[in-house]
Amino acid sequence: MIARITVKLKKGILDPEGAAISTVVSDLLGRELGDVRVGKYIEIDLLESDEAKARELIERICERTLANPVTEEYRYRIDMGEDESALK
Amino acid sequence: MRVAVVVFPGSNCDHDLYHAYKHLLGYQTDLIWHHDRLEKSYDLIALPGGFSYGDYLRAGALAALSPFARALKSHITRGGYVLGICNGFQILTEMKVLPGALTPNRSGRFICSRVYLKVETNRSFLTRSAPFDRALKLELASASGAYHADEDTIHRLEDEDRILFRYSDKDGRPTESANLNGSLGAIAGVLSADRRVAGMMPHPERASEAALGSTDGRALLSSVEAFIPGAL
Repeated sequence: MIARITVKLKKGILDPEGAAISTVVSDLLGRELGDVRVGKYIEIDLLESDEAKARELIERICERTLANPVTEEYRYRIDMGEDESALK
Repeated sequence: MRVAVVVFPGSNCDHDLYHAYKHLLGYQTDLIWHHDRLEKSYDLIALPGGFSYGDYLRAGALAALSPFARALKSHITRGGYVLGICNGFQILTEMKVLPGALTPNRSGRFICSRVYLKVETNRSFLTRSAPFDRALKLELASASGAYHADEDTIHRLEDEDRILFRYSDKDGRPTESANLNGSLGAIAGVLSADRRVAGMMPHPERASEAALGSTDGRALLSSVEAFIPGAL
């Protein structure tokens, strides 16, 4: 199973990269934009076919490694690897 | 005094720190590769600045998972002292050995600048011999240097006298413009609950010789002597 994870800074924590993108894109388009938040997208092949086990594994990985719970939050979904097109 | 300076892939202040401990302060100092076992016990383990693992994922995040983490934790359990400078501080927060996190600078830019620090407590192995009546002059060099913790943690750090330094102006006054990276409460360094683990963003090793423009860092690095019986 493939886990598709996004990690971003929690609401309320300053995202300087997002702020810079917001400024540049606003100037380019000549229109105001709301908050821009930048995150990371990570794919992991879990080498696991049991969904409950896959979820347990991915949460352990996110909590321990991919996200710092002090400043970041994560979301993920799991599929069998056929879902690539959904991202385009 | 036995000091280990730990080297991670991407550490780049390791030799500066080694030089300060070994040649300026005269301590028995070893450089230890993070995958190697600790062959002997040390009074102090120091994690240097740099960009361990290229700052991938988050600054310090991957180094915090190094096999060295286990050795560091047993060193702490044995009552040893630990100092993390810059990337070392980031690694210690990622290991959850110190509270809070270091987030990207408010400006979004890497900051390489002289800063002044107001010493907030002398009750630590890092600040015992630091001057209390004036600001310290040190160098800051980091991209993710903005200290962040939730409100309860900040209150607890204040109540327990665990904030080591705050960014200040030349005269030790906390001003918003002196807080270059946008740290919460202008916090530049903190202590663990048992007061044996310290982390700070500015670089004391870069302020240890007159030729470098400041010797204020030397008083920080040598403060630990007072805590180790028969240190020298």
